[in-house]
Amino acid sequence: MNPSSPSLTWNALGLNPAELAVVADWPGPADAGWAWGGATGRGVRVCVVDSGIEGDHPDVGPVQGSYAVTGPAGGELEVVPVAAGDACGHGTACAGVIRALAPECELYSVRVLGERYSSTGDMFIAGLRWAVAQKFDVVNLSLSTTRQKFAEALHAVADEAYFAGTVLVAAAHNTPVESFPWRFASVVSVGSHAARDPGLVLYNPTPPVEFFAYGTDVDVAWPGGQRSRITGNSFAAPHVAGYCALARSKHPGLTPFQVKSLLYLMSDNVKGSS
Amino acid sequence: MNDNGNLVAAAAAFLGEAEHEHKELLASVVTVARALFGAAAASVFLLDDQAGELVFEAVSGAGEDHLVGERFPASRGIAGWVLGAQEPLIVSDLSTNPVFARDLAETTGYVPQSLMAAPLQRRDATIGVMEVLDPVPSAVSPLGAAELLTLFAGQAAIALGVIQRNRTAYRMLAPDDGEPSELAQMARLLNELGADRRAAGVNLLDSLHRLLSSAR
Repeated sequence: MNPSSPSLTWNALGLNPAELAVVADWPGPADAGWAWGGATGRGVRVCVVDSGIEGDHPDVGPVQGSYAVTGPAGGELEVVPVAAGDACGHGTACAGVIRALAPECELYSVRVLGERYSSTGDMFIAGLRWAVAQKFDVVNLSLSTTRQKFAEALHAVADEAYFAGTVLVAAAHNTPVESFPWRFASVVSVGSHAARDPGLVLYNPTPPVEFFAYGTDVDVAWPGGQRSRITGNSFAAPHVAGYCALARSKHPGLTPFQVKSLLYLMSDNVKGSS
Repeated sequence: MNDNGNLVAAAAAFLGEAEHEHKELLASVVTVARALFGAAAASVFLLDDQAGELVFEAVSGAGEDHLVGERFPASRGIAGWVLGAQEPLIVSDLSTNPVFARDLAETTGYVPQSLMAAPLQRRDATIGVMEVLDPVPSAVSPLGAAELLTLFAGQAAIALGVIQRNRTAYRMLAPDDGEPSELAQMARLLNELGADRRAAGVNLLDSLHRLLSSAR
């Protein structure tokens, strides 16, 4: 958006279209070279909302900030700085995927999952709300809740992120059930494909899951400086988050809408009619 | 035995037979999985949510003669991790894996070097875990180990889900005190109704079922 344009509220009545001129550096045919060629993630802040990140893992660190949602059950929750660490390994695995694709991005962690994935929808919402307020460029959400009562609050945070410029990348549930927030249009939702190719991203012409990425038999960073092989949409999502980080590193002005459009155009199954 | 008792006995016998057949199916799944993966053992665990434990329901290979019915904490080990994450995990070297519960493995009499585990899921609930110990690469299928394991897990989950529901139904029909339960009495009443009223009753139960399911 041209910064000299007047702020829009609910309509464009009384505005000349020329006053809404948007200067975009989007090329005619976008290709991978333009999208993220040469990008390393430098300058992009990526937050992993999960079980924490093992900061000294050689395939993951450094971690620029580690936080956790804490507070009494049923009471006021807050997000506080904590020592880098991972309650169960899930967040470290996701962070390692992002680090491999965007080696120079800044990684931040918000722990909302405890040991054995203990968590509540309230903790999830509190952590996500905090991450959006920090205006991270990309937030990876390899978790979801099936509880309908949390859907409205998550939807509101997802929409807020969309307009505030934070790209939320959310893993679809591993079984065909409704869960949130991947189900919302304002996030980039990701499921797994079966190819063992971290570079293969597919657009799904029949959403709600919009993209498919490498999530089957993925070699991931694992607690204790180890590695392990794991399968699930949780590990497809950080592949897409990594590409989002690269795109935003190369083109800092891209909005979440434009990042999603670029992912669509870069998807291996999207071809021009010619 | 009165009519009510006969009905309960017949239903209990049916459920018992269904459980037996589905346990055979589970045993078959782990046997085929073990063979296809060339593994030392394959097993299926049912989650006992109330006790917070995983129970061996079917075992093929190492431990098959004594492990069925054995329990261990659902919060520990690779199986516990998979239960929580609801995602399959393959660990090729357990000796350095901090999640692996070596002490629990030792109690089973067999400590593997590598392991694959997958959650058993029915709708949005994880009802158990399937494990394959010390698999070797398979040349039988073009699918990767994780995909193949997931297929077996899907099959096992169906059988395990039926076993779980049968046991719940059995407990509701024939509680420990031997008296027919409310459910059994309702089944008898339904059975005695004329066709029209029975259809209306079935509709009512269907509505109740949907109401209770949506409230979970």
